[in-house]
Amino acid sequence: MSGGASTTTAEPGPVPPVYRTEDLAVFYGSFKAVRDVNLEIRQNEITAFIGPSGCGKSTVLRCFNRMNDLIESARVEGRLTYHGVDLYDRAVNPVEVRRRIGMVFQKPNPFPKSIYENIAYGPRLAGLARKGPEMDEIVENSLRAAALWDEVKDRLKASAFGLSGGQQQRLCIARALAVGPEVLLMDEPCSALDPIATGRIEDLMQQIKQDYTIIIVTHNMQQAARVSDHCAFFTTEVSEESDTRTGVLVEFDATQQMFSNPSDERTENYVTGRFG
Amino acid sequence: MALVDSDLTRDLVRARIQGRQSDAAGAAFKGILVACLVTVLAALVALLISVAPAGLDVFSTRGLSDFLLRPFSVRPDKAGVYQGTVGTVTSAVLVAVIAFPMGVAAAVYLEEYASDNWFTRLVNLVIRNLAGVPAIVYGLLGFALFVNGPFSSLTGGTTLLSTGLTLAILVLPIVVITSAEAIRAVPASLREGGYGVGATRWEVTRTLVLPNAMGGMLTGTILALARALGEAAPLFFMGAKTSIFSGGDWFDLRGDFTALPMIISDWSTRPATKWNGNTQAAILVTLVLVLGINTVGIVLRNHFDKKR
Ligand SMILES: Nc1ncnc2c1ncn2[C@@H]1O[C@H](COP(=O)(O)OP(=O)(O)O)[C@@H](O)[C@H]1O
Ligand SMILES: [Mg+2]
Repeated sequence: MSGGASTTTAEPGPVPPVYRTEDLAVFYGSFKAVRDVNLEIRQNEITAFIGPSGCGKSTVLRCFNRMNDLIESARVEGRLTYHGVDLYDRAVNPVEVRRRIGMVFQKPNPFPKSIYENIAYGPRLAGLARKGPEMDEIVENSLRAAALWDEVKDRLKASAFGLSGGQQQRLCIARALAVGPEVLLMDEPCSALDPIATGRIEDLMQQIKQDYTIIIVTHNMQQAARVSDHCAFFTTEVSEESDTRTGVLVEFDATQQMFSNPSDERTENYVTGRFG
Repeated sequence: MALVDSDLTRDLVRARIQGRQSDAAGAAFKGILVACLVTVLAALVALLISVAPAGLDVFSTRGLSDFLLRPFSVRPDKAGVYQGTVGTVTSAVLVAVIAFPMGVAAAVYLEEYASDNWFTRLVNLVIRNLAGVPAIVYGLLGFALFVNGPFSSLTGGTTLLSTGLTLAILVLPIVVITSAEAIRAVPASLREGGYGVGATRWEVTRTLVLPNAMGGMLTGTILALARALGEAAPLFFMGAKTSIFSGGDWFDLRGDFTALPMIISDWSTRPATKWNGNTQAAILVTLVLVLGINTVGIVLRNHFDKKR
């Protein structure tokens, strides 16, 4: 409210998207894994990527924080902008990108360190804090944000491997949140978890949505329907001449629309369970 | 229905899961494994039996410390392995200090930094072949480089420094190979976790990959080191001496020196009636030293594995 009257008169114009892709395609060597990806990711929304295995959901997701850079053969074509900045511009530093855009993986992958050190790892490297009360605060806030604090506050020094699978995954979420990202990319974060642990992660996503923009890959349509605001459906197409399977983005729409009235037949078949 | 069937079902299930088929192939395989193990152990026991009595006899008549602390002498009852122990221990430290960092650095480069192309594949192949080159060839190389060659002014010629450098080159391929394997064994998901929170490649290597590979890297290095210290061949080219001019000052890197395998090979050529006991005793000392180094390796590995 510091701006006084001017803040109240500002028109709430359309919020620009966080990400925009234009004909994004990804190759592994000469193999075109996915093509024709055109979508927009909106702020403080949960966007789900759904589709059968191997259609390139993870591949596309890993472009969004330049994680594909780690795979030597991976190559990106088309445009991917983050707040209007071309993410694959030469001047962009992928390390900086990954600090702003956190990632949670399919299998919980805590570091072989204590619970505390798992969270402190990122902030320490980023120079947010070294140790002492400042770091304690970051650790506590991150664990609270990931709804894990109450379960682990008495054993912060214990190994992260002693936690259950669901707790480990929430620890990984807390670890990602600790460096203060704006976006959270989640690649099938619940596929290794039981339904109760899955439910807790889904609740958590709803809680943190006001502060973060979330993209989740899931092979579980019910999950996509439950948690997401927008939904992108991918599938694979077999190319006639080269006999290779390439992923394509079939449809991108509001989740409600996608599940009640899909515009593409393939989407309809998939969401109604007749395919995939 | 279900009640009637349950007895039948139970009997069928029992017949299925209680069947005791003999597994001849499995038993034979196990037998072969045990036979191999016994053969290896028998060789070790034979070595100890052939060496131990005469060697232990020397320790008991002269006292262990007398044998360990006395220098060379032309009189067998006065000759000890002091200079050899000093030389071997010093070169062990030298080799570890030179070969470990270089080998680990090379392995980190090959595994974490270099892209997978024909050049790195060639380098990998060459390293694997170098690991199989006989020690005497490394002795010749060391002679050409450090004793007589371009680096002789630095090393002082026939010195422990030359020996340490030569043995370091000898173990380097094995250190690189085992370190690379230890690094490869670190799961990719761990690296992804690090990169995912904005760590640089160097930070991921330093804070995640190296600590997790440390146990394997140390074990490989120390096994290679223990093997290298037993080699006599390179010592001939390094000018290890078996006379009163055999140094024996701790960490005198650029003076005269000797080492245990050199002593063993020298004494074994002397008249057996007088020198046999000393030779065997020197072998025992070498064995214990090598065993000690391996133990350090195991302790270090356990230490690092526990920290994970
Ligand atoms: N590192 C890689 N190297 C080569 N091909 C890959 C790699 N990762 C994935 N692929 C291929 O790319 C396609 C898309 O994979 P992915 O993005 O993992 O699909 P999804 O996450 O939708 O199951 C698949 O055909 C897969 O085999
Ligand atoms: Mg996937």
